[in-house]
Amino acid sequence: MSSGLLFACGGLGLLAIGLWALVLRAHLIRKVLAVNVMGSGAFLLLVGAGSMGETGVDPVPQAMVITGIVVAISATALALALVLRLANATGKPALPEDRERDLMDEGGR
Amino acid sequence: MSEWLAGAPWMMLAIMLPLAGALVAFLLPRHSALVGLGAGLLTACAALAVMLQVAADGRQAYQLGGWPAPLGIELVADGLSVLMLAMTAVVGVAVSVYARVYLADSPDKVRRFWPLWLFLWAALNALFQAGDAFNLYVTLELMGLSAVALVALSGSGPALSGAMRYLLVSLLGSLSYLVGVALLYHAYGTLDLALLSERADGGLQLAVPLGAMIAGLLLKTGLFPFHIWLPPAHGSARAPVSALLSGLVVKASFYLLLRLWFTFTPEGQGVPLLLGSLGATAIFWGSIQALRQKRLKLLVAYSTVAQLGYLFIAFPLANLEPALAWGGSIYLALSHAMAKGAMFLAAGSIMTQGGHDEIDELDRVVERMPLTLAAFALSGISLAGLPPSGGFVGKWMLLQAAMTQGSWFWALVIIVGGLLTATYVFRVLGFAFTKSPHEHERHDVPATMEWTALVLALGAVLLGFAAPWALPLLEGVLP
Repeated sequence: MSSGLLFACGGLGLLAIGLWALVLRAHLIRKVLAVNVMGSGAFLLLVGAGSMGETGVDPVPQAMVITGIVVAISATALALALVLRLANATGKPALPEDRERDLMDEGGR
Repeated sequence: MSEWLAGAPWMMLAIMLPLAGALVAFLLPRHSALVGLGAGLLTACAALAVMLQVAADGRQAYQLGGWPAPLGIELVADGLSVLMLAMTAVVGVAVSVYARVYLADSPDKVRRFWPLWLFLWAALNALFQAGDAFNLYVTLELMGLSAVALVALSGSGPALSGAMRYLLVSLLGSLSYLVGVALLYHAYGTLDLALLSERADGGLQLAVPLGAMIAGLLLKTGLFPFHIWLPPAHGSARAPVSALLSGLVVKASFYLLLRLWFTFTPEGQGVPLLLGSLGATAIFWGSIQALRQKRLKLLVAYSTVAQLGYLFIAFPLANLEPALAWGGSIYLALSHAMAKGAMFLAAGSIMTQGGHDEIDELDRVVERMPLTLAAFALSGISLAGLPPSGGFVGKWMLLQAAMTQGSWFWALVIIVGGLLTATYVFRVLGFAFTKSPHEHERHDVPATMEWTALVLALGAVLLGFAAPWALPLLEGVLP
């Protein structure tokens, strides 16, 4: 198993974990974190898939990942600012459909 | 002079002008409205110039900074791109003129609106001219982030949660698209759309990335059943922002979907049939929900869900009649942008006048603001698809495509959808003529707001006459 394939599979795993948390967790900070985990998964997939060829490591995926990280940081900043505003305005860091739920998930799942 | 004008890098300027305008508007908050309007007009001129260039010489390409692809960024404009650029320019100018007056009494909103809207405009223009799959991802994200910030502009609880949900959906959609891009690069070693269309050979290594990209874009376009985020976001934003979101932003992800479809021309009947069925369900579900809404802006937002469904009817019909089906779908997208923009602007004026947007409580709107009601009715005519509107041309082409191949089911969907559209438009018009049992506050609405909505709505109705000129631009773009 080449390292590229390993990275790509790890990326897919992160994507799955992130998607799971994004859909099921109610707390908005957790949702934002989930998106970030998914983003890392996508970047890992990009780099892993890019280094699977015979000709050595391809620079193009690396350049794309750097651009992608910049986009992800801006998106995270905007998301966190929105979470703060929403929590101030409504009193709870959750979307209206999740407001009744236990945000700390203390009751188990 | 004319040589210099013809040689100017208009494609690049269409992106740089709004970007520069956004920065200047941000740095000079006191003059942001003036700067924004000026930059908007210049951007519209640049977009128009690109359109004239393409109409005269065909497909245009421009290498940013002189660096060739794959290392540099190449801009490409063809018939489909320039139609979308022109749509953005027309709706964009109307919304800019409207917003300058609409936001005049809330200075803190003005400061934030203009930079964000110009960033959005730059992202849209860049998206329509991007020539490779990764630049499309970056422009898609830029568009999503500025659109989300615009929704949050109003600062109310519903708007903030609408914006938050929109942001999460938008990020999920772009991540799905990015995964598709990664797999595509792995399979074919390039991201240039022109090269990809030569190298792509079908099979699983095309189907998986294409599926991920299409799923992400459907999420962002808001096709049923992915429309859940759309009405709260579009309904709770300020009126000019709603007009931009419903008119332009959802069209951008639809454009990208079409671009991918035309690049790879996937085989098989399953996916087109699925997309068409989702579109048909969206038409019925969106229209029924629109009929049930109590608030005007939510009605208009659900109408967007329904009208987006129409755009996807083309997929199952395109197999035998590609030119008619795609042409109709694209024309419908153009006319919906203008009509829905006008409708949201009119709804904004009605809301400003009465201080509320409960449909049942509309109080003699026809006497108080006949121009705005005319704008609402005219945009309704275009949405329902009555001649000579742009909506009529689009629906007629789709109908023809369905008839010539004997697909009565799709023809029926198109016709019944039009009737449902007329029903919810007339529901609003009916209440506009009657007197409300309750007293409501009354505010004066600046004439500019009323006239902008009316002119845009007239444009949507008259768009039907532009078809003989606009549709030939699509030759060579359609598969």
